[in-house]
Amino acid sequence: MTVLFGIFLLTLLVVTAIGIVRAENLFTAVILGGIFSLLMAANFFVLDAVDVALTEAAVGAGVSTVLLLGALALVPDREERSARGRRLALAIITLTGLTIGYATFDNPHLGDPDAPVHQHVAPWYLEQTPILIDIPNVVTAVLGSYRGYDTLGEVIVVLTAGIGVLFLLGLPGAFGDRKPEDVAAGKTYLNHHLVPQVVGLLLVPFIMLFALYVQFHGEYGPGGGFQAGAIFAAAIILFALIQGEREALNLIPPRVLVVLMASGALLYGGVGVLTMLLGGNFLEYGVLSSNPVQGQQWGIILIELGVGVSVASVLLAIYHAFAARGR
Amino acid sequence: MAPLLDGLSWFLLVGGGLFVLIGGIGILRLPDLYTRMHAAGLTDTMGTLMILLGLILQAGLTLAALKLAAIVVFLMLTGPTATYALANAAMLSGLRPKNVEMPSDLPEDMQF
Repeated sequence: MTVLFGIFLLTLLVVTAIGIVRAENLFTAVILGGIFSLLMAANFFVLDAVDVALTEAAVGAGVSTVLLLGALALVPDREERSARGRRLALAIITLTGLTIGYATFDNPHLGDPDAPVHQHVAPWYLEQTPILIDIPNVVTAVLGSYRGYDTLGEVIVVLTAGIGVLFLLGLPGAFGDRKPEDVAAGKTYLNHHLVPQVVGLLLVPFIMLFALYVQFHGEYGPGGGFQAGAIFAAAIILFALIQGEREALNLIPPRVLVVLMASGALLYGGVGVLTMLLGGNFLEYGVLSSNPVQGQQWGIILIELGVGVSVASVLLAIYHAFAARGR
Repeated sequence: MAPLLDGLSWFLLVGGGLFVLIGGIGILRLPDLYTRMHAAGLTDTMGTLMILLGLILQAGLTLAALKLAAIVVFLMLTGPTATYALANAAMLSGLRPKNVEMPSDLPEDMQF
């Protein structure tokens, strides 16, 4: 049955990918991209990678589609056709595709217990997590503790991307140049659409509640800072679409947003420095409490909070930067 | 009691599947965006509603049933709203239904 679902979803993925390539209207391409991410999320779910599926659905299908639509407001929505170099591009793509296809023949079969990925560190993670960290979701343990350096790197990447976008587009009001009151004064996108406005406002608090659940339930079920940050940002973006930029900027002023962007990453790094001051290694959470297992749990909760704050504020800042330019 | 619940649940599941199928055929066969959205709305509301209710009956009095019920509530709120917003956006961007005489006494913001 899983194989049937897999074949169905992968076929749809290929159809969507061809659709994206063939679409000349960029708006269509962006929407198809969202569908692609949603199908990919379903694929991850079928493969039992629920955490990844949640991230893909929240970031790929949700927020990044909105950000791309925001970017489309700045550029023409038609693709420029250039006839030059298309044969060469086709040849390179065909060659790459065939190479990748050939390489998959060496891959272990799906669910093969002898696959290298199940032989290396995975058995150790599965055996030691209940003893060392004592949380049910091993993915969170790997992400937050065993691979804490990698995750810190990812947060820094998110922060750097946010800084890059703000350098390119600027965030009005962030550095005291303009007040949020000047931004999009009285402009609401949906102010004459009563039904979406009422239903949307009704949903915003529930989306925020769900974000908090995903944030703080990440040790027990699928979820964590990345997913929660994206969902929280989505809730504020929905609020901004309904009530207008100004209300959203009053809610979380740009100056605060910039501080939040940095403080999330700072909290993560600060936990690492704290563990060093307490006599452990960088990001060795065990020293945070007299009981090493509890210390691990505290450390993971703290760094997940840092991840969530950073991701949410970076996504929001990028959205506001696009929205301020789009008018 | 169990056979009755099972029968009802299968009726709902099959009925929901049928509505999804009809919606799919409708999206392919109907002439323009508005009529196609009517078909897609059928999948959104009747199709998912019946399938999820059927699944709730299968789940019995468990946490899973509560979660499914929450999904039903959210879909009932968001599905029709999305359909409405899409139709509204299409209308405002100037797309007119095919094969239909538009009334001349439309409100001002809907005239072009």
